Amino acid sequence: MSDAVARPAAAFQGLRTWWTMLKISLEERLVYRGDFALGTLMRFLPIVTQVFLWTAVFGATSRADIGGYTRNDIVAYYLLTMVTRAFSSMPGLAGGIARSVRDGSVKKFLVQPVDYVSFLLAARVAHKLVYYAVAVLPFAGVFFLCRGYFPPVPDATTIAAFLASLVLSFLLGFFMEATLGMLGFWFMEVSSIVFGYMLVQYLLSGHMFPIDLLAGVPTGVAGVSLADVVRWLPFEYTAYFSSAVWLGKVRGAELVRSLAIEAAWVVVMAVACRIAWRRGTRRYSAFGG
Amino acid sequence: MVFLYTRRMHNSDPSAAAAVSDPVIRVEALAKEYRVYDKPEGLAASVRSLFHRTSRVVEAVKGVDLTVGRGEFVALLGPNGAGKTTLLKLLSGIITPSRGTARVLGHVPWERADDFRRRFALVMGQRNQLWWDLPAAESFRLHQEIYRIEPSRFERTRDELVDMLGVRRLILQPVRELSLGERMKLELVAALLHEPEVLFLDEPTIGLDVVAQHTIHEFLRGVQSRRRMTVVLTTHYMKDVAALCERVVVITRGDILYDGSLAEIVDRFTTHKIVTLDLDEVPDQATIERFGFPCECRGPQVIMRIDRNRIAEVLPEILGSAGVRDVSVEDVPLEEIVAELFRSDARDAAASAGAAS
Repeated sequence: MSDAVARPAAAFQGLRTWWTMLKISLEERLVYRGDFALGTLMRFLPIVTQVFLWTAVFGATSRADIGGYTRNDIVAYYLLTMVTRAFSSMPGLAGGIARSVRDGSVKKFLVQPVDYVSFLLAARVAHKLVYYAVAVLPFAGVFFLCRGYFPPVPDATTIAAFLASLVLSFLLGFFMEATLGMLGFWFMEVSSIVFGYMLVQYLLSGHMFPIDLLAGVPTGVAGVSLADVVRWLPFEYTAYFSSAVWLGKVRGAELVRSLAIEAAWVVVMAVACRIAWRRGTRRYSAFGG
Repeated sequence: MVFLYTRRMHNSDPSAAAAVSDPVIRVEALAKEYRVYDKPEGLAASVRSLFHRTSRVVEAVKGVDLTVGRGEFVALLGPNGAGKTTLLKLLSGIITPSRGTARVLGHVPWERADDFRRRFALVMGQRNQLWWDLPAAESFRLHQEIYRIEPSRFERTRDELVDMLGVRRLILQPVRELSLGERMKLELVAALLHEPEVLFLDEPTIGLDVVAQHTIHEFLRGVQSRRRMTVVLTTHYMKDVAALCERVVVITRGDILYDGSLAEIVDRFTTHKIVTLDLDEVPDQATIERFGFPCECRGPQVIMRIDRNRIAEVLPEILGSAGVRDVSVEDVPLEEIVAELFRSDARDAAASAGAAS
């Protein structure tokens, strides 16, 4: 069989295997759907605090906006980051990988002709799909109740960019956390590393406040603000970016550039994850297994 | 010296000779060393060990040579920590060796080529390949994809295996609801769906009841002979060995101590037979002493260890003595022989260590 024929055939086979993994992961996830329903509602609780906080902040100042955000913008922003986080957050991924290394269940992926990273990705897509199926109602309810905070629905191009950024944020979040989990090959316990990552992530992703607020923070280099630095890091693409796109804060050439940076980070982290897996399994094989 | 002692050699099957000349596992001078860190006792020592750790090298497998022909059923025996599982891990490519070479089905196992991985299977006791929350049938379906098994062939193989083990009604039940024995059976089905040419089993019957053990023995024997599969298993149960394996490789301290047939082990390492007499009445001390052999009495039953070479000579005499109702002559149980083999090796080790120092 020539290479030109073999390659698409192999790719097709790979896709079929992946599809089966996805279906089985879906079935497994459905066992836990009850968990999700409760968890989703709980996630909205912190928003209430944020609304009170920012209402107080705006009450104490005569300014109509802070960093370009009105009070309504801020509430809309927080609600939108909930959506982005629903794509980019990967609960239990890094810890799960590290556990599989510690308890030896990762061996299965050395013995069987199946790729661990693809498998994890299929499982995570399944996890997310089931989550969305359950969470769509509470999300819709909250957004309907809060519709007054939102600007008018943006144009089709913006919506398309928003959706693209969500898909990329899922992949970015996945590969970042998976790479962290692979550190389990070197360290017995990755929970403190994951905690450190979460902290940085919380500050720099825009989960805590819109990154625009960092525009006035100097870095010591003339003309470069902290926001400019953060723009080049991967974190803001897991929360801030998509929300800012929907609210029309990022447009035109800047939007294209940001999407390109996000895509580049996805590629970088996917490669990093692959390298970590290769090196990690080599080490695992050498040191005991 | 390498023994190529297969079940098939006993058959008049003309392909038997070909089977022996077709080695599927070839291992030369294979060694695996680990660096282990000593963790001293006490808090002060623990703090010190943060800065300076003492380590030593442990040789889990030291220079093993082994050749296994197609269709052989080989048992790896040895005390805990002897290196059996390490050897299985090397052969299945989970770990890389420190020295030496190995070829399994023509592949270097630790290169983990997909071509190789589609042709063998490893079942490690409790480590499940099955999805905990789903029925086994789903895991089987995933294996069909992973191993690229043709649908009609998959269904045929699955049905055959499931029926042999009598677990058809279990495959639609979530795995977590099953008993240990039931799970083990389904693990075996999962491992055999892709019809591997080589199967590695790490303690397949550990923790199972006698009935389940027996079922698994029958099953393995059936599948192995039907498919001419090569099987290497580690176990602590002599029942497994006696039921399944013609060839036994005894490993202690990372080295092969013995490699040959089971019959030969019994032959070479037993000096005694066990003779059990049923007497009319509970014997008194004088009667027992008259037999002149080490005895154990259980009521009217006397159990004696008699030198193998003298059996023929002393048995008539014993039977002739009054009050013997029944007699049985048996080999020393396999457990005891192997335990003695391990012990004598440990004594040799201690002796040579003593001589060296």
